[in-house]
Amino acid sequence: MTTTTIDTSATSLLRFATAGSVDDGKSTLVGRLLHDSKSVLADQLEAVETASRNRGQQAPDLALLTDGLRAEREQGITIDVAYRYFATPRRRFILADTPGHVQYTRNMVTGASTAELTIILVDARNGVVEQTRRHAAVAALLRVPHIVLAVNKMDLVDHAEPVFARIAEEFTAYATQLGLPEVTAIPISALNGDNVVEPSAHMDWYGGPTVLEHLETVPVGTDPSDAPARFPVQYVIRPQTAAHPDYRGYAGQIASGVLRVGDPVTVLPSGLTSTITGIDALGRAMDVAWAPQSVTLLLADDVDISRGDLITPTAAAPTTTQDVEATICHLHERPLKVGDRVLLKHTTRTVKAIVKALPYRIDLTHDLAHQDLPEELGVNDIGTVVLRISEPLPLDPYAVSRQTGSFLLIDPADGTTLTAGMAGEAFARNASAEGAAHGDGWDF
Amino acid sequence: MTTAPVTETTDNAPPASGRGYPQLSHLDVLESEAVHIFREVAGEFERPVILFSGGKDSIVMLHLALKAFAPAPVPFSLLHVDTGHNFPEVIDYRDRTVAAHGLRLHVASVQEYIDNGRLRERPDGTRNPLQTVPLTEKIAAERFDAVFGGGRRDEEKARAKERVFSLRDEFSQWDPRRQRPELWQLYNGRHAPGEHVRVFPLSNWTELDVWQYIAREKIELPRIYYAHEREVFRRNGMWLTAGEWDGPKEGETTETRLIRYRTVGDMSCTGAVDSDAATIEQVIAEIAASRLTERGATRADDKLSEAAMEDRKREGYF
Repeated sequence: MTTTTIDTSATSLLRFATAGSVDDGKSTLVGRLLHDSKSVLADQLEAVETASRNRGQQAPDLALLTDGLRAEREQGITIDVAYRYFATPRRRFILADTPGHVQYTRNMVTGASTAELTIILVDARNGVVEQTRRHAAVAALLRVPHIVLAVNKMDLVDHAEPVFARIAEEFTAYATQLGLPEVTAIPISALNGDNVVEPSAHMDWYGGPTVLEHLETVPVGTDPSDAPARFPVQYVIRPQTAAHPDYRGYAGQIASGVLRVGDPVTVLPSGLTSTITGIDALGRAMDVAWAPQSVTLLLADDVDISRGDLITPTAAAPTTTQDVEATICHLHERPLKVGDRVLLKHTTRTVKAIVKALPYRIDLTHDLAHQDLPEELGVNDIGTVVLRISEPLPLDPYAVSRQTGSFLLIDPADGTTLTAGMAGEAFARNASAEGAAHGDGWDF
Repeated sequence: MTTAPVTETTDNAPPASGRGYPQLSHLDVLESEAVHIFREVAGEFERPVILFSGGKDSIVMLHLALKAFAPAPVPFSLLHVDTGHNFPEVIDYRDRTVAAHGLRLHVASVQEYIDNGRLRERPDGTRNPLQTVPLTEKIAAERFDAVFGGGRRDEEKARAKERVFSLRDEFSQWDPRRQRPELWQLYNGRHAPGEHVRVFPLSNWTELDVWQYIAREKIELPRIYYAHEREVFRRNGMWLTAGEWDGPKEGETTETRLIRYRTVGDMSCTGAVDSDAATIEQVIAEIAASRLTERGATRADDKLSEAAMEDRKREGYF
């Protein structure tokens, strides 16, 4: 391991997402986080001040920091997911800023798919509402490991502890039902900056972290040794040059787990076996590598391996299947129906698939009620699907791996991304009904 | 360019308590992600090309591509949109790099378009917006189906909405309201003949990440990124390089100043910043302390209107 000259280069990275209804103050919270962490630079602030003045607003509208497109500024709404970047000396952050508007579900699903933490905003005056339950359900569905409940607008309820406590309790009970592993509730005023970056002077009764402090300290990543190794082959590197006449490397990003030189491995779907003889971590030979490193593997035998294959330890190989049951979020206006022929993209492999059944649609807004056998799933619908695919696929349950348990459905005619899929059960609630208080069963 | 596969890659933080394996640093994570994107494109497209301007972002892109496919050569060619007003140091750097790695370079020339009457010089002399036509016509003529750009989402608010894989129609147009949702690391590159995909492997990098990575990997840059004396003049609140590109005009006086460039683009619209940062450590310290964004400090074309970048991107700009 080499030492570097710049300390900040060794900081960790947290990807997180926000979710909130239209008037919960989400843009203000994001603006406040960026502003108070000194991530907004003078020219950006100047642009916001000018735009605010032009609209006749007295104070700079921090929400304008995050509305980037012409239509958004004209209509005062947010379209689609945007990504924001900021850093503190302790950590680098990538924020998936998802709008709370009409297209909420698919946008929130998109943002949550890569997030390790989701901030769910509620208005202290309204408490847990339909939208809040929807946001919690999406976070549970996408298996986001950490949840922050930000109870906003505390200034409008006299900074009263009982108001906060009641909301936090109600939300936590619902989250437990969904199998959400960990909820941190924080009382804030995004408008005034209370408990966002600086501790509030108005809420002495709150002894927990500010939002930023929590973001800086929440553990990121998982222990790679908790999950079996999965290595989807992206590309075969064969220089065929004088210097490397026989080099044949399998390039990819380790989706989960740990790989070591000497590991006996199996290649799926062929079932061929070999042994890892070398791991090339972008120019450096390593004995061991782990997720999410991009590496190149060298194997003892000249077996037939190409893009789309999965290299996995022989001792922990997944089963392959041609029949997939999954929870899906439908993303496109064109609905999904039984009998549809689609493409399924899983890791680096794209295969043909037929929609055999749509067992039920889930009502995320209220009690997660099932509507059995819907005729179709429309945009923003969450439901379950049974697929028959053209060849065996090593699909892990999404609960085990977000990388090897997820897939896209694509329209073969025009390439449109139709659906986001997660193999297996939707929520962890059944599994965790007994042991929910311990918060485990969330292992990916 | 000191590129070629680099051997020092780890700057892992010490193991966090209770973990068997060290946490990857943010640079390692960003690097792995970018390499993944390069390999996806190599695996799924027929004719990819890397937009290469000789600026730091495209230099980092090329460095990542070299690492992604080592010890084999990069399976992409390069494309430079030459505005005719480029810095000579950058053109020199470009040509040395292409030669050093045995790459193939395509050039789309704005000057050629002006000379043969297919483009007209703008009254303000800014050539950056003129790049779109030569770029898109070159993409169509060479039938490129994936075009790597060094754009970062932290650069500009319209870019914050950009996908990693951004589908463009046969006119290279970007429609922010009709983008494919991008989930997990599953990038959908399907496209009809005539369409192509713009690919942004540095989407999640910030300016500081790029500089820290350049420092860690010891990547050579064109010298204009470091402090040097240059004859400049003031226009629209920026220091522009005096030269044969119609600057300075009457009434604009030149002076010699100690400056450097934060971005490298066309001389007609890229401003220099006053700086005595002569080493990469000094540059990083200067950026970390700066109260201006990269583009706010140095790009005239973004100031044309509130939606300047969005409008250019819609037309096919990268």
